[in-house]
Amino acid sequence: MTDTLISVKNVVKHYTRGKQRVEVLHNLSLDIPKGDFVALMGPSGSGKTTLLNLIGGLDQPTSGEITIGGKRIDGMNSGQLANWRASNVGFVFQFYNLLPVLTAERNVELPLLLTKMGGSERLKRANVALEIVGLKDRARHKPKELSGGQEQRVAIARALVSDPELLVCDEPTGDLDRKTADEILTLLQRLNREYGKTIVMVTHDPKAAEYAKRTVHLDKGTLQAQAA
Amino acid sequence: MKYFNLIWSSLWRKKTRAWLTLLSLICAFLLFGLLQALSVFFTAGADFVGASRLVVQSRVSFTESLPIRMLPEIEAMPGVKAVSHDQWFGGVWGENEQLFVFANDPERLRITYPEWKMSDAEWAAFKNTRTGVIAGRKAAEARGWKVGQKLPIKSNIFPKKDGSMAWEFDLVGIFDGIDESWQAQTLGLYINREYFAEANQFGSGFAGVFNVVLDDPQQANAVAQAIDAKFLNSPNETKTQSEKDFNKGFFAQIGDIGLIVSLILVAVFFTILILTGNTMAQAVRERIPELAVLKTLGFSNGTVTALVLIEALVLCAIGAIVGMLLASFAITGLAENVPQFFGSVRTNATVWFQAFLAMIGLALAVGLPPALKAGRVKIVDALAGR
Repeated sequence: MTDTLISVKNVVKHYTRGKQRVEVLHNLSLDIPKGDFVALMGPSGSGKTTLLNLIGGLDQPTSGEITIGGKRIDGMNSGQLANWRASNVGFVFQFYNLLPVLTAERNVELPLLLTKMGGSERLKRANVALEIVGLKDRARHKPKELSGGQEQRVAIARALVSDPELLVCDEPTGDLDRKTADEILTLLQRLNREYGKTIVMVTHDPKAAEYAKRTVHLDKGTLQAQAA
Repeated sequence: MKYFNLIWSSLWRKKTRAWLTLLSLICAFLLFGLLQALSVFFTAGADFVGASRLVVQSRVSFTESLPIRMLPEIEAMPGVKAVSHDQWFGGVWGENEQLFVFANDPERLRITYPEWKMSDAEWAAFKNTRTGVIAGRKAAEARGWKVGQKLPIKSNIFPKKDGSMAWEFDLVGIFDGIDESWQAQTLGLYINREYFAEANQFGSGFAGVFNVVLDDPQQANAVAQAIDAKFLNSPNETKTQSEKDFNKGFFAQIGDIGLIVSLILVAVFFTILILTGNTMAQAVRERIPELAVLKTLGFSNGTVTALVLIEALVLCAIGAIVGMLLASFAITGLAENVPQFFGSVRTNATVWFQAFLAMIGLALAVGLPPALKAGRVKIVDALAGR
């Protein structure tokens, strides 16, 4: 676990809200090795989600360098970032963010639409991903026919389907009860251990953070102590 | 095609709204098909008529008959090859079915209208039978008429000398058109003017309008002006124009069909534009977080824009195809049931092409603004609900 997958160097991020300039991250640096499972914790407004968005290529830093898998992503334009995200990152959100009009397997298939894969191959892979998260029998169900935990599993299957090295999870258990949250966290842990996925997870929940290999604390846009 | 499932599912996201939008589009294109078919018929229906014939009518109105004594005077004018005359009879078949019946001289008719084809025996029978009538093929077939049968036809203008409006004619011939366009016009009948002039209560001195065949079609304007000049300041001033213009003028009695149709369609499509445009905009607004998710997964701005635009295109295309098919069925039904008025009206290739252009225009107008908005969605802001 010595290869660095994520390298964040001297990153500054500020937003402009109206006439006000809000600096969210202050000269932040962080390295995450390949195969790590990191929990990002900190109070609201500490910059956790902003850092996660930068690592996931959803946003660009004001200054500084972000290198993922040896590739600088801080200078990419929106088209290049979109292509990069499609093949390198899987996303899991707090509110699952499944498309309500599509079945579970069609939701999981979405990232594969951007590849040159044929229709039957796409569905086959989607079903494999659903099998990994234990929801193969729910493939033809729409999100409204699933429980919260099942929806999050579908979202994880969607994040996995294109076999990215990195999974970025923003409060993945924030909308779930304790028992279901534990099941989801166990699943993420399994993906990290068995499939070697590098996971960066934002959470407010110390119990959730316990599933990670280490915890990084942020406060007011700077890194605090890192707990193993 | 790989995006079809995504587009189709998004289209039916809210079924009631989608159906109502689709129904409004179907209605718009149904109206478009019906009205454009009529417009094309009225504006282009006379295109098959050549420019080698002039029609001389009363300057007041074509409903005002000109006296028959003008015939030799027109015939004697330079550039005039032959002249016939058409007197509108105002025929009614059965209870109240309007027929296009004209009183004409058989020999003159044959010379001035070589486009009507009939056997020599039938032309001779028409000439020699005082009560003879010849019918166009479509008019005869629509009513099952056979040569030799008697046709009781009422006139809503001309009573017989005994005061009766009921006339009886002998069907002596059925004529065809020289080509497909003329065949489509075989909806009228001609009665023998000699019999008509003798038997009607109003006398024999009028001729309706004159049909003038020219020696040289290039001289049409000059001959028309000469005819009008000849009768200027007389009790029977004339208006001479090409047959095509005369036919257009006939339809113009109803109004400027093209303008009326255009105004109705502008109103219809403007309403549809507002309705569908608003629906599409609302549908995209509701889906901003979903569009942000697609972008998160790696869909580019262009792909997201295209997906929303294609959605609008699919919706408009379904509306256009169903609406136009319904219009075609309706027009075919009209043509079969009321052939004397709508026999030649069709949703032809021109109308379908116009509908295609209208569909593309509408799809772009309603789909492009929300599609561009969808393409500009900022992932971070949309996911944060900003």
